Amino acid sequence: MTYEFLQHYWCFIIALLAALLVFLMFVQGANSQLFELGKTTKERRMLVNSTGRKWEFTFTTLVTFGGAFFAAYPLFYSTSFGGAYWLWMIILFSFVLQAVSYEFQNKSGNTLGTRTFQTLLVINGFVGPFLLGVAVGTFFDGANFYVDRDNIVEIGSPVVSRWANASHGLDALLDIWNVVLGLAIVFLSRILGNLYTLNNIESQTLSQRNRSALIRNVLFFLPLFIAFAIHLFTKDGYAYDPATGAISVVPAKYLKNLFQSAPVLILFLIGVLLVLAGSLLPLRKKQADGKPCSCGIWSAGIGTVLVVLTLLLLTAWFNTPYYPSLVDPQSSLTMQNSSSSEFTLRTMFWVSLLVPFVLAYIIYAWRSIDKTKLTEKEIDEDEHVY
Amino acid sequence: MNLLEIDAGMIDWSRAQFALTAIYHWLFVPLTLGLALVMGIMETIYYRTGKEFWKQTAKFWQKLFGVNFAMGVATGLILEFEFGTNWSNYSWFVGDIFGAPLAIEGIVAFFMESTFVAVMFFGWKKVSKGFHLTATWLTGLGATISAWWILVANSWMQHPVGQEFNPETVRNEMVSFSDVALSPVAIDKFIHTVLSAWVLGAIFVAGVSAWYLLKKRHLNFARSSLKISAIVGFASSLLIAVSGDHSAYTVAQTQPMKLAAMEALYDGGNDQGLTIVAAVNPFAQPDYANEKEPGMKIAIPNLLSFLATHDFHGFVPGVNDIIRGYTKDDGTVELPLDEKIHRGQAAITALHNYRLGKQNGDETVMREEGAILKENMAYFGYGYIKDADQIVPYIPVCFYAFRIMVGGGCLFILLFALILFYLRKGKDILRPRWLLHAAFWCIPLAYIVSECGWLVAEFGRQPWTIQDMLPTWVGVSDLQSSSVVTTFFLFLILFTTLLIVEFNILRKQIKKGPDLGEE
Ligand code: HDD
Ligand code: HEM
Ligand code: HEM
Repeated sequence: MTYEFLQHYWCFIIALLAALLVFLMFVQGANSQLFELGKTTKERRMLVNSTGRKWEFTFTTLVTFGGAFFAAYPLFYSTSFGGAYWLWMIILFSFVLQAVSYEFQNKSGNTLGTRTFQTLLVINGFVGPFLLGVAVGTFFDGANFYVDRDNIVEIGSPVVSRWANASHGLDALLDIWNVVLGLAIVFLSRILGNLYTLNNIESQTLSQRNRSALIRNVLFFLPLFIAFAIHLFTKDGYAYDPATGAISVVPAKYLKNLFQSAPVLILFLIGVLLVLAGSLLPLRKKQADGKPCSCGIWSAGIGTVLVVLTLLLLTAWFNTPYYPSLVDPQSSLTMQNSSSSEFTLRTMFWVSLLVPFVLAYIIYAWRSIDKTKLTEKEIDEDEHVY
Repeated sequence: MNLLEIDAGMIDWSRAQFALTAIYHWLFVPLTLGLALVMGIMETIYYRTGKEFWKQTAKFWQKLFGVNFAMGVATGLILEFEFGTNWSNYSWFVGDIFGAPLAIEGIVAFFMESTFVAVMFFGWKKVSKGFHLTATWLTGLGATISAWWILVANSWMQHPVGQEFNPETVRNEMVSFSDVALSPVAIDKFIHTVLSAWVLGAIFVAGVSAWYLLKKRHLNFARSSLKISAIVGFASSLLIAVSGDHSAYTVAQTQPMKLAAMEALYDGGNDQGLTIVAAVNPFAQPDYANEKEPGMKIAIPNLLSFLATHDFHGFVPGVNDIIRGYTKDDGTVELPLDEKIHRGQAAITALHNYRLGKQNGDETVMREEGAILKENMAYFGYGYIKDADQIVPYIPVCFYAFRIMVGGGCLFILLFALILFYLRKGKDILRPRWLLHAAFWCIPLAYIVSECGWLVAEFGRQPWTIQDMLPTWVGVSDLQSSSVVTTFFLFLILFTTLLIVEFNILRKQIKKGPDLGEE
């Protein structure tokens, strides 16, 4: 295993975690529609209990994504989190609110009332995917920071990574394309939320409302996604010279990247098709048993993972700086200049071999809980409901 | 680029924010770890006996576990990302070593916890008894493994091992994973911290059971829970005293300044006594340079020497000895602070020259300066220190927090011993009432004792974020204090509100009691 291989490998793992995170944000997507889909208290409880069995995974994936990024690319961790302070802090706040809202909302003594906690779920449902999308947008469109390692010898002012302005990350919202990507992620997560609850809950009315919401969400998602894709594949991008580390501007860099590797291109296209197919499946006619197909989540879920994964690989592989600096291109972060040492990457490589094992027990545990769909009866009878 | 001086207020607010969020996190973590053990034991009894009573008993504690767990998760998220947001220089300087345990924690521990906690909560009617029991134990195991890795990370900050500085990348890089993961400090910390969580969990269960007994409700349930918690609590509180003693020995070897602060020992020497009480002003740093020792000191002769060196006549350095430099019992010399500062500055200058040499492609300069750097690297952090006061931790907190912890530890041993004594006599468990009251009031005390442990460990490490390598003010992010002040108060309001809500829910759940079909 060469250092270069390890850098590519960890980039792949982190992109995969991010892709899984976007998929798992079906929790946020469903929550953002809590009051639209659930008109009665009972219906809202069904929705909350359905996503409530999965939110821990979304959360843990976010945490692990952070941890892996820290360990593999510490310079990103320090530059982006310490620099784009407010952007990340707001994201974190919204997830804190979400984490407690499930457990607290229907317990007596919760002081603030059920509706408050459900509103917090809605807020996280919008803010979480949107700002994470905006943050990911900066991987493509750049951010405003300086990095200078030699600062460490400045006794009075030793900080290595600095943000170029006092907005501390909120400047990302001024870039229209970051906003477009953020909104696209919001609607994608709403689509996934529809598909997941269709699959997980046994209820005629919810299923109907889900399907009409699905149409609306697809209609918003498609133009946003297409616009972003066109922008991305036509825009100039940075490239770095692996020998010297020097950064230069290359026209249509991301399009070139896409055509550099056949597997990436093919997986990207398959992903797009799967997302479309998954979103449209439930809208088709009924199946043999008279119910609409509820299997869209699988297709759209896998598709989402593929699309996000390949897009993120385009930002970092193929000698591309994955975190471009707009104010000082030479400060841009690349897989090469921001990664941990070879020793650390190799050590963690061995740890990462546990991942398939982890996935196996997650799948086993999910299946044992999701053998049957969630019904009203269960909500009434089970002691541990939210 | 013209660099502005880092804003000193911002550094203190960043510290305050980290302390605030860590202290909140630690309000929930020990109960998660402690209840997991108690619940596991109860469910195992259910699995063995098949008695519905034990199932409902386990379920009751599990409900309280769930409410507490959510807060643990929510506060932990903030801590993890705070390393990046508020300690960005630190994250970059040592991320190579420090990031790895955090990543491993996520992959190995958090997924285990979150997967099986879902089975534990929602699986009662869906999975077999055996699988459910396994899930309950695996939830606890996941939490305990997570404690292991985060404590490895923390221990590395207390006593950095297994790394080497690389002037090419200007950061520390890991050279031995096993040195990091199996550092003796980490092992001590893990054992002590997990035991402390078991003590706290046991006291929580005992205290709540005592409350039912006082109210004469759910007697059967309360008696059974009390019994289990007393056994768990007695065993772990005895063990924690042993492990605490060993922690103190390790501190003496690795962080003598922390020990001096814990003991308010200004001028050390051989044959040192262990201070029981002394009049240390709780609100001001004592004048250690001129005072000989704190007033009204009552000490057990020679015990501190024994604790710190395992020899009743051993040499224990005080604050001033560490500043002046001293010779250890084995003959090795600890340099005076002035010399350490001098060497630290030499290291920083050499690094600067090395980088210049690299820019100019001057290999000779790089080789020479690289050698100077390597020679002085052990004192790198001292290059940022300006005067002696900076390297002395805030003594009152270390001194009193340590005494509260040890006093609490002794009290808990006594409490559990008495409970076991009365339970064994097979007598009327409703008496003596004072003991039940005491058990109940030990709940808040256990939280205080447990937090005090961390105050000792963390305040005693100051001013170092990483011992001898990186002082707090070099670890920070480049932020304005206004930003950090704002997030500090946002966290304070948010977490306090949520704490009140959680407290209320727990109170209601406890008032409602277990669902045993009686009464
Ligand atoms: C001795 C134990 C211990 C200590 C010292 C810490 N934690 Fe913790 N942490 C736990 C033991 C734990 C736990 C018991 O495993 C928790 C509590 C509730 C839970 O879900 O897991 C947890 C949760 C938890 C989570 C949420 C995990 C999830 O998604 O399930 C994060 C991100 C962190 N912690 C991070 C930290 C950081 C960055 C710490 C250091 C500053 C820290 N913890 C100190
Ligand atoms: C009974 C005798 C006890 C002794 C001698 C003792 C000793 C110590 C020492 C020396 C430290 C500092 C270790 C370091 O900084 O590395 C420490 C830390 C700590 N103590 Fe104790 N302790 C005792 C009881 C307890 C009890 C009863 C609790 C809680 C219920 C507790 C909780 C903690 C915690 C949470 C820490 C911080 C983690 C750590 O540094 O290990 N201790 N203890
Ligand atoms: C959960 C239990 C913990 C508690 C209650 C706790 C408490 C504290 C306190 C009171 C401070 C402030 C000290 C001061 O600035 O005067 C602090 C600082 C800090 N702690 Fe801890 N701590 C805990 C665990 C940890 C762990 C496990 C780590 C690392 C893995 C850690 C890393 C830090 C860092 C980076 C700082 C800020 C920099 C510094 O002041 O050195 N803490 N903590």
